[in-house]
Amino acid sequence: MGTPWPARPPGRARRWAFADGAYRGLLTAFALFVFVIAALIVYESARGSGLSVRTFGWSFLTSTEWDPVAGRFGALPYLYGTLVSSGLAMLLSVPLGLGAAVFLAELAPRRVGDAVAFVVELLASIPSIVYGIWGLFVLAPFLRTALEPWLIRHLGFLPLFEGFPFGIGMLNAGIVLAVMVLPTIVSLSREILLSTPRTLREAALALGSTRSEAIGVVLDAARPGILGAVILGLGRALGETMAVTMVIGNASRISASLLAPGATMASVIANEFTEATGDLYLSALIEIALVLFVLTLLVNAVARLLVHWAAGGRRDVAGTA
Amino acid sequence: MTLETPSIRTILPEGRRGETAPEARAGAGATTSAGAAAPAAHAPGAVEPRLVTRDFNLWYGTHQALKQVSLEVPDHSVTAIIGPSGCGKSTLLRSFNRMNDLIPGVRVRGSVRVSGLEVYAPSTDVVELRRRIGMVFQRPNPFPKSIFDNVAFGLRLLGLGNRTELEARVEDSLRHAALWDEVRDRLGKSALALSGGQQQRLCIARALAVEPEVLLMDEPASALDPTATARIEELVLDLKERYTIVMVTHNMQQAARVSDRTAFMLVGELIELGETRQLFTRPRQKLTEDYITGRFG
Repeated sequence: MGTPWPARPPGRARRWAFADGAYRGLLTAFALFVFVIAALIVYESARGSGLSVRTFGWSFLTSTEWDPVAGRFGALPYLYGTLVSSGLAMLLSVPLGLGAAVFLAELAPRRVGDAVAFVVELLASIPSIVYGIWGLFVLAPFLRTALEPWLIRHLGFLPLFEGFPFGIGMLNAGIVLAVMVLPTIVSLSREILLSTPRTLREAALALGSTRSEAIGVVLDAARPGILGAVILGLGRALGETMAVTMVIGNASRISASLLAPGATMASVIANEFTEATGDLYLSALIEIALVLFVLTLLVNAVARLLVHWAAGGRRDVAGTA
Repeated sequence: MTLETPSIRTILPEGRRGETAPEARAGAGATTSAGAAAPAAHAPGAVEPRLVTRDFNLWYGTHQALKQVSLEVPDHSVTAIIGPSGCGKSTLLRSFNRMNDLIPGVRVRGSVRVSGLEVYAPSTDVVELRRRIGMVFQRPNPFPKSIFDNVAFGLRLLGLGNRTELEARVEDSLRHAALWDEVRDRLGKSALALSGGQQQRLCIARALAVEPEVLLMDEPASALDPTATARIEELVLDLKERYTIVMVTHNMQQAARVSDRTAFMLVGELIELGETRQLFTRPRQKLTEDYITGRFG
């Protein structure tokens, strides 16, 4: 029935079949490259840490002893330091960042919101060494002379705030990290709030919601996305190296007090890698890198689960990060 | 079925009833520019129609979206507003519960009255006003919560926390929205799992739960398939027993099917308002006739 489709000139068809195939192959190779890099990182750090793993086994994760001279290595203080400094950073930055995002997305006039969001995103592009210098020369003196003495005087009975006002230490690292992850949380949360359908706000208002009640509805709908933004910030805090190394005090011990110096996994690697003498020392540091890698992997996995759970089959409402 | 629980409808201060804005007083009795039936002046003591606008104008920035609109909507009736896109019908609808306030740069002049209350008076509590006027939107917009929580939303805003009472009211609202039988055994499930038509009926139930006096519907069936549309239309016919309904629609057949009165608007002006049968069979205005016979629009 009817006239058949005109056949393409055979030469052209062949040329295109080849081009399509080549293009497809090239893109597949690019995509696979990502996996290759990840696999190489795992392979290299597993190989490099082999000696340490064989020597210490699981005790590497539970021992607090870090003695390069005696050749005994335990990573618990660094694991602890990473978790506490990042936890503190999230404790400070999540309420602040979320509040700022709600203001920028819901209350500020659009132009003000855009302007502030631009500045916030600018903050994200400041190199971490600059944050480190700020922590060392601006924040540390303030903590040493003002905030920490006040904390010790009024809350010193808590183990959390006992000790001496050093200025540098876990508290300083937590604050610097909080400032560093703030832009991530603010700008992503703002985008997510702006992308929740306007009709949800209207529905809430039309039912007689006050403005804040309507914002509550929007926040509820944006929960999975906001959770994703927070996790992204946490990922940044866990891996941050330079700024933390400068302000945390670099002491390999676990102290209940936030005022005491500590160290994180990233900071101990940065500090000691160049001076690591001996195969075991080097191997122990590489194992710390492996543990950090696994930790961030775990955080990301948990984050995905959380986001999935918070989304609860309503992916169509708020974008998942 | 009626509720035994005391009415939670918030009554506005008596002093506000029957008060008239100066602009409205000046314009009372004037006919619309295009000669639509003039709202009759009400004798003192007579009950005012549920919704009244007098010489109402609205601007978005410098663009005038409504021009000298005067109309009345009596209680327990369905009024359809028809007209081509951009004629101001949604804007007019959203003037009754001040949803236009959300848009920056909106200015109004003239009078809109709901249940005798001057909507644009400075002293009007907009939250209370919206509580008394239910609204259903063009696209179903349930909250990303369970079916139950969607319907209970407005009740909880009013501070109703008693679980038994909440359940009774949610069931009642869902029954009135003709959705109860379809969702009774999955009230805890996400509202977003419902079909589009069910979602829209859920939105109607959500609006009915707080016992509004007026139900505004902004093209409530335009995103739905014909079957779901038919169900919404049946529902509207049921609901007018209890509510005053104003419905914007693109669909003239729909206006003819469900409404008692129809208003035709064109570029911000109310051209004609009359009994639906009369407007569609013997339009008074040439413009109305051109529109309903498909000469433009």
